[in-house]
Amino acid sequence: MYNPVPSAIKISSITKSFGKVKAVDDVSFDVRPGELFGLIGPDGAGKTTLFRILATLLLPDAGEATVLGFDAVKNYGEIRRRIGYMPGRFSLYQDLTVQENLEFFAAIFGTSIEKNYHLIQEIYDQLKPFKNRRAGALSGGMKQKLALSCALIHQPELLLLDEPTTGVDAVSRKEFWDMLDRIKALGISILVSTPYMDEASRCDRIALIQHGRILSLDTPDGLLRSYKKPLLAVRTASMYQLIQDLRGNEMTDTAFPFGEYLHLTTKGRVEEAAVTAFLRSKGHEKIEVRQAEATVEDCFMALMQ
Amino acid sequence: MKMEAIKANNLTKKFGAFTAVDTISFEVREGEVFGFLGANGAGKTTAMKMLTGLLSPTSGEGSVAGFDVYKEAEKIKRNIGYMSQKFALYDDLTVRENVRFFGGIYGLRRREVLDKTERLLEELELQSVEKQQVGSLPLGWKQRLAFSVALLHDPRIVFLDEPTGGVDPITRRQFWEMIYKAAAQGVTVFVTTHYMDEAEYCDRVSIMVNGKIEALDTPGALKQQFGAGSMDEVFLKLARG
Amino acid sequence: MKKFWAFVKKEFRHILRDKRTLLILLGMPVAQVIIFGYAITNEFKNADIIVLDQAKDDLSFKLTQKLTASGHLRLNGTVQNYADIHRQFQTGKVKMAVVIPPGFDQEMKRGTAQVQLIADGSEPNYASTLVAYASQMIATFQMEQAPASILQSSNPPILVQTQMLYNPQLVSAYLFVPGVMALILMLISAMMTSLTIAREKELGTMELLLVSPLHPLLMVVGKVVPYVLIAFMDGVLVLAVGNLVFDVPIRGSMALLLIMSVLYVLAALSLGVLISTKAKSQQQAMMMSLMALMLPTVLLSDFIFPLKSMPVPLQVIGNAIPAKWFIAILKDVMLKGVGWHFIWQKAAVLGGMSLFFLLLAMKNFKTRLA
Repeated sequence: MYNPVPSAIKISSITKSFGKVKAVDDVSFDVRPGELFGLIGPDGAGKTTLFRILATLLLPDAGEATVLGFDAVKNYGEIRRRIGYMPGRFSLYQDLTVQENLEFFAAIFGTSIEKNYHLIQEIYDQLKPFKNRRAGALSGGMKQKLALSCALIHQPELLLLDEPTTGVDAVSRKEFWDMLDRIKALGISILVSTPYMDEASRCDRIALIQHGRILSLDTPDGLLRSYKKPLLAVRTASMYQLIQDLRGNEMTDTAFPFGEYLHLTTKGRVEEAAVTAFLRSKGHEKIEVRQAEATVEDCFMALMQ
Repeated sequence: MKMEAIKANNLTKKFGAFTAVDTISFEVREGEVFGFLGANGAGKTTAMKMLTGLLSPTSGEGSVAGFDVYKEAEKIKRNIGYMSQKFALYDDLTVRENVRFFGGIYGLRRREVLDKTERLLEELELQSVEKQQVGSLPLGWKQRLAFSVALLHDPRIVFLDEPTGGVDPITRRQFWEMIYKAAAQGVTVFVTTHYMDEAEYCDRVSIMVNGKIEALDTPGALKQQFGAGSMDEVFLKLARG
Repeated sequence: MKKFWAFVKKEFRHILRDKRTLLILLGMPVAQVIIFGYAITNEFKNADIIVLDQAKDDLSFKLTQKLTASGHLRLNGTVQNYADIHRQFQTGKVKMAVVIPPGFDQEMKRGTAQVQLIADGSEPNYASTLVAYASQMIATFQMEQAPASILQSSNPPILVQTQMLYNPQLVSAYLFVPGVMALILMLISAMMTSLTIAREKELGTMELLLVSPLHPLLMVVGKVVPYVLIAFMDGVLVLAVGNLVFDVPIRGSMALLLIMSVLYVLAALSLGVLISTKAKSQQQAMMMSLMALMLPTVLLSDFIFPLKSMPVPLQVIGNAIPAKWFIAILKDVMLKGVGWHFIWQKAAVLGGMSLFFLLLAMKNFKTRLA
């Protein structure tokens, strides 16, 4: 098939097992050049294993992986020169300072901070006040920014970021994603993994992954549009009681808390009034029932079951 | 009139010239689910360590379960439950061994430990894996087990430090249902989290910024106060300064 | 109290489930007892000696027979002059020479006989033992052979003179300085190297390094270079202190000494890298270094306990240890002052070992995580 635009990443039927556990099970997807692609899934879904295969650190048991046009098994040298990798754990030198870490990673890639300063400038400005502080003494958000800088410093064509926002507070997370937008604007392709479903909306396309398998591959909007179940948002004065009561009702498919509201999926369409009446009969007060908009999390949970 | 489970009055912690926690004051009522939020480095962990008897404050007053944080730290530790994301259980001990170990550590009598172990395994439906090493269990099961173990000695207050990190959305919610159940039984829950939607599950929430508490109210009231549609927005508006 | 026992029980479980450490905890003492048992023996078998028989009479012949009768001392040949004795000592095969002066028979009847024992002082303990044994044999001999009248006099019929070559005072520093040098160089080159690579693995920084254009072998060399420099400085320090404070001589060529040290360090480094490729954490690297490097280097390298006195299996292991060859070379060059001519075989063995370990380490070093 004539494909004029080569993918940044192309994987077909990748499988990888560790002993009896299949960490990655027949996974296929592609990342287009210049795309911001999100791999969304919880711990143990297989994200890190997949990233390590793409970063040429692990060999798949089966399937093929092509990164920037090079085979991940045979041409790993070419790939390693062109990608920026941020592993799931903080992998920089805790006892070196911010500055020293940056200089080191620039040097082993044959470049210098000055040469590619424009790439990291924005992040670096935030790091500058700490430039002589040991990396181990930085806060979580700062560590991630430093790790990102070190991954960018050699002007990679592709960034592989494995859970860069895990354990980081909401503000730093948002700042991180803003930075990713700007990096994408420079033409760098980005594959990010995250367990936070709300971050999915910031990606061009997402793949939901659980137990080593892809549950869905689409744009965020496409995913939401494909959610066909009847969904209601319900709230009363007592959330805990609400959960128990709704779960006891036949019409309920699932009932899960979603922030201040509970998301109720029902077997077949149910009128809001019917739900309200049921809850009143159970003694609930301040009852509120309305149509709900599905979120990525709703979709994930529906696909999980 | 409900008792205060946790009381803090101008609680401060300094490390040399650096003030990690700056005169925070708040109260947590018995049976409340209290969300303790803040950015990384805002001082949350330090504050929690003072309340759980792990750190001595520099100044200010505090009491947990009626015990003073300075003089009665050991009593505090005996009367609270604690669970953190980084560690909760021993990976190379089995489920049963972990429960029995912690039962023993908390000073429960042998009969009690055995009874509670049975009940715990039943409730969590972990009987099939009771002889498996905890390290081999999926994260979600570990978390729920850790929570139950933290409650083994029936403490009146339980401190949870980012207990739901990394699990899938259903498991996360199942965990919060366990929290609700405990609260319904009168346990005070003091929890920190990075998931802003979880903040909504709390009765009241406090947000720390640079060592100080900048907001403390119910989620609903906070959203109104900051003109925000979600706790996420409240947090962003507050932390941005 | 109950809380206490619950805790103790838990600790036992942890220990019992860590099979690898358990093996070391239980196995190491057994290995040590066995090795020490065999090593610390003042017994010896088949000690090679040579005899310079200037008397060549019936009695001297009988004395030679007596000395070698029990099998502890083994006659490795006879020599014709003192120069030959020196040459034999330099090869290292012979540890003691017995010199019987001319006219032994008559001197014995007169009660003025003399026998000279010359021993290799570079191994003071061993030398002392050999001399003590030989003296004992000579004493028994004179009981059997001397006429009754002489025995009744107060002077012993045979006067035994001893001379310790290379180390007349039997200074123990001569013994331990070479050994310490081998130990230090092994410690720094092997153990520290294995630890630093294992550390990268443990902390996770190894991942990032692998995914960079830096060739893994260059990384290994880079890790190793600072330790080589430090090891060298330490080696020089040990020699200097030995020489200045304990008067340990350096009779041979300094250059040769340094070249041999490089060879040894290379072997040690390769071993260190090899261990680091197998160890998954710093703790494992440390344990493996202790078991496989330190312990054999101290016990089986001929450093303190003579290898020759040990059962054959232990001797075989001892010969596979780089330190053994290095210490032998050190003693030869430092104390005996020999040159390349005499040590080239030992150097070849050491060099061969270095090459072997190097190739093995390179083969095992992975450019991927798994």
